[in-house]
Amino acid sequence: MKDLFFDAVVIGGGAAGMAAALELDAAGLSCAVIEREEQLGGILTQCIHNGFGLIEFNEELSGPEFAERVEEKLQGTNIRSFTSTTVMELDAGSENKVLFCYSALWGVLRLSCNAIVLAMGCRERNRGNIRIPGDRPAGVYTAGLAQRLVNIEGYVPGKDIVIIGSGDIGLIMARRMSWVGCKVHAVVEILPYPSGLTRNIVQCLNDFDIPLYLSHLTTNIIGRDRVEGVEITPLENGALMSDKAFTIPCDTILLSVGLVPENELSRMAGVELNPMTNGPLVDSMLMTNVPGIFACGNVLHVHDLVDYVVEESRRAGKYAAQWLKGRRPVREVRVKAGANVRYLAPVRVDVQADNKLYMRTLIVKNDAVLEVRVNNRVVKSIRKNHIQPSEMIQLQLSPKDLESVLSAPDPVVEVSIN
Amino acid sequence: MQNASGPFDVCIIGAGVSGANIARRLSAYDLNLALVDSEPDVSFGVSKANSGIVHGGFHHNKKHLKARLELQGAMMFDRLRQELDFPFKRCGIVVAAMHEDEMRAIDQLYMQGVDNGVIGIEMCSRERILELEPKLHPDTLGGLWVPGGGIVEPYRFVFSLVENAVQNGVQLLTGFAVSRAARQGELWQVEAADGRTLQARYVVNAAGLFADKVSAMFGAEDYTIKARKGEYYLLDRMTKAKPDRVVFPVPTSVSKGMLVIPTVEGTVLIGPTAELVDDKRNLATTKDQLDKILSSARTMIPAVSEYDVITSFAGLRPTLDEDFYIDMSAKVPDFVQVAGIQSPGLTASPAIGEYVKDLLKKAGLKLLEKASYDPFVVKRPHVKDLSPYEVDELAARDPAYANMVCRCEKVSEAEIVAAVKAGHTTLDGIKYFTRAQMGRCQGGFCTYKIIKIIMRETGLSWEAITKNSNASQILKDVL
Repeated sequence: MKDLFFDAVVIGGGAAGMAAALELDAAGLSCAVIEREEQLGGILTQCIHNGFGLIEFNEELSGPEFAERVEEKLQGTNIRSFTSTTVMELDAGSENKVLFCYSALWGVLRLSCNAIVLAMGCRERNRGNIRIPGDRPAGVYTAGLAQRLVNIEGYVPGKDIVIIGSGDIGLIMARRMSWVGCKVHAVVEILPYPSGLTRNIVQCLNDFDIPLYLSHLTTNIIGRDRVEGVEITPLENGALMSDKAFTIPCDTILLSVGLVPENELSRMAGVELNPMTNGPLVDSMLMTNVPGIFACGNVLHVHDLVDYVVEESRRAGKYAAQWLKGRRPVREVRVKAGANVRYLAPVRVDVQADNKLYMRTLIVKNDAVLEVRVNNRVVKSIRKNHIQPSEMIQLQLSPKDLESVLSAPDPVVEVSIN
Repeated sequence: MQNASGPFDVCIIGAGVSGANIARRLSAYDLNLALVDSEPDVSFGVSKANSGIVHGGFHHNKKHLKARLELQGAMMFDRLRQELDFPFKRCGIVVAAMHEDEMRAIDQLYMQGVDNGVIGIEMCSRERILELEPKLHPDTLGGLWVPGGGIVEPYRFVFSLVENAVQNGVQLLTGFAVSRAARQGELWQVEAADGRTLQARYVVNAAGLFADKVSAMFGAEDYTIKARKGEYYLLDRMTKAKPDRVVFPVPTSVSKGMLVIPTVEGTVLIGPTAELVDDKRNLATTKDQLDKILSSARTMIPAVSEYDVITSFAGLRPTLDEDFYIDMSAKVPDFVQVAGIQSPGLTASPAIGEYVKDLLKKAGLKLLEKASYDPFVVKRPHVKDLSPYEVDELAARDPAYANMVCRCEKVSEAEIVAAVKAGHTTLDGIKYFTRAQMGRCQGGFCTYKIIKIIMRETGLSWEAITKNSNASQILKDVL
């Protein structure tokens, strides 16, 4: 068994992991990236559509191009990347953390380190998670699996397609499957509004005349061996209109019904999770409750753009490097999700540092106001032209914004949207 | 397609848990045996979708054959596990009583269990039962404890039985859908839908849901097997609702009720429902029934949550009468009926193997023990069960043991290759054999990897990759 030591180990070699590793390396620390797939880049490598990099690189790139841009920066650094390598065990019990990693090339690797950055990304929710009853034939795939089959393996999983859920991957796949000559009959969404980005609704559905059924529930999957159809039932005022149910004949169902951060390793390490995001609860330095374990990217909370993933992960890498060199938050307070806010990440801010938070709202609204209150007194108020659950909101909180925390006896910081 | 040689001494129709046990038991003797199944892999019928319980022997009165076979079969599992290396654990069974009436029913079950000779059966107070199973609802009044009950992976049990039977000379013919039978002198001539034929001196009808049809084809007894569907939810291994024991409610007159089962591989199964269906291939789940499962499970274990659901599925019980029907046909010669094997069929199955062997012996089959019989299968390593140090050693011999394919259930490439080499070439076959695709992502990440391994190892083209049958093609085109 090969035994290696690094100052920090980054788990996951997607955009998040690479961005975090670059910062650790820049701070002069030794660092390894562990990636279970054959190449770095994570899910970006199968996202051959464009729309990536507008913020990060100020130009429109495809997923593989974006990944390549980040990967190029790894060249000439001292970062060790281990691909086709899976972290199987993680022991964070003592100051010296130990990871057991399996790979066909190395056998079992035993890595010791002082800090870990979790960057494992997320997985797709599946049929069972949303409990669609019915037959269990071939032809029911998650949109991401279909994307992999088409874009990398070169196989078309089906010809007549219905997409359940209007998440971004589903929308992108509606366009992709149309391009390879398939008929996409419908996209079905349970909510009264789409869960993907507006630009994807326009470019992937409207431009291809693909009908979007909002407020419709998938109530049955039909087909003994291969999918033959899917039963859809409209919802009116939250109630199922069973007499208005209809069936769309198809041979394939693609599911785009949400993503879940993949935190099995985090749990193994004793990391506490936020039930709202299924990602770790992190402090102002993006550190989990386990000292020396940091989290960033989609394993922390599901982002809408990879550009934000990279931005957040750079901070996680920087914070991990600072933590290894002895920096600790000066004074932290808890930030509460108030009215119409689904979650905030991180959940703590340092009153003497510049803080950046990402958040999601629960509502769709034009001319909304985002407010930050300390003990019920508004300290910051920001106008938003339009907000919706599918688009992340950013919030900066400076020491000046949080000044009143210092004098408050039991300070509560709350963020709300109205 | 495998062609049959022969003539066979015995042809067993149906490679489910009954047929597999019968074939394996007979394979200890100097006999020429055929085991045929209409599906592309074994254990794809009734035996694939059930509760996976080794029952406690207290549910049925021993005047019934099924109760006697259940008691006998349950005792045989420890040795079988030693020989056949399938997942099995005696975690014990609790029956939880939620109100006074149910406590009276528990009294009856206890008496029946004592009368049946169940070892270690106990009546429990509230305190005792909550100590045995702390996940139970705090309002549980009391119940029954049966330490000998256990859990088993039913398809893995069948796979091991068949593998061992084949090792000992049994000829396995899959995709062999019996369509006609006729007497030719002293032999049965058995014909499959695809034109293959075989001849056998004796035929055992262990065709599960279709035993009635097979019986008719042979001109034997006229009866009707009805399918009673049971739907299940499978919960993530991370669920807070995972009990230490199999948790039963107090049974009703028609069913043992809906259980909460800590599966032997660490997930949690809740169900089954019980509903007669007309179509014996109807394995669809329904919203109404699935909702019932959740509410029923929660009355016993409040921590059961729909957020932990990773999949739902349904199985069909082949119901005939109250009891099993295992006997020589009275109508045609040399034909054994093994029909109506519903619960506790899995538990009873090793004893069914013995019982059918004895029936055949009485009917004139010569049983000469063969010196070459080996009851052990070759144990295959599972990365999931090994320490990193053990995996490192394995990987030195075969690096594929350190190449993880299924991250959720921790299955390595080497294990997938072993499954393919053992003849499991459908995605479902590989799932039941290795557990890959059975975890929380339900194949989202590993399906394409498994497809590539099947193609590489078998030379099959993309068109021939299926879920579980010729018609369940996975891919439709290439770019």
